[in-house]
Amino acid sequence: MAVEVALRIPSDVTLIEEAVELVVRHCFAGWDAPQRVRFRLRVALSEALANAILYGNGEDPSRSVEVRAECLPDVLHLHITDDGPGFDPATIRDPVTPEDLDRACGRGLFLIRNLMDHVRYNEFGNSLCMTLRRH
Amino acid sequence: MGFTASKHSSGVLMVQVEGQLIVGNRQELKNTVQEALEHGERKFLVDFTRTGYIDSSGLGALVSISKKVREQGGELRLAGLNEDLRSLFELTKLDTLFAITDTPDQALVAF
Repeated sequence: MAVEVALRIPSDVTLIEEAVELVVRHCFAGWDAPQRVRFRLRVALSEALANAILYGNGEDPSRSVEVRAECLPDVLHLHITDDGPGFDPATIRDPVTPEDLDRACGRGLFLIRNLMDHVRYNEFGNSLCMTLRRH
Repeated sequence: MGFTASKHSSGVLMVQVEGQLIVGNRQELKNTVQEALEHGERKFLVDFTRTGYIDSSGLGALVSISKKVREQGGELRLAGLNEDLRSLFELTKLDTLFAITDTPDQALVAF
């Protein structure tokens, strides 16, 4: 049976950890998922929320982020949508060249792409859908 | 969740990351190291034995801290990363930037 979790959080990065734990707890309730899978979800969801709050909403307190998780028996689909104007994810390059190593930022989307099984943005670039297999 | 800093008898400042190192608390870690640098500390060990996960902001904070410590002629080492945490450093190739040991004891010997 599918379980759906939905929440809307204000543009405040200090709320990310609690939101991640809430979603992870519901997504894996009653499932004996490997620790590696839970770790991937925690990191990717934390990244997605940080991107949405910092870059999508520009930390504007009048804007919020919507999280919707569809928890199916074999797979999880997570939709993270901000109120911002969106961006073109194709313009974000992988930050793993030697000259990138000293950069303090720019690794968020790279981690999401590598930790999730499938990643897709909507046409406006303000809504991300991440898919993760449970095993 | 938080950071605990303590001075080891060898002169190394050990910072334990308890819980997560993420966008919401990275500044606290940066401040802890910055203040220690200003007080003359030059050897730093960040211990991740009790850490759940790190996001890209946390990794970025470590990169910034590492740079500042190097600029002051100091040394920063990381230890206690479990398999999942280590995979983040390998994925981002930051394992080539940091001196990483399995345990805090191994790091202390290496200073």
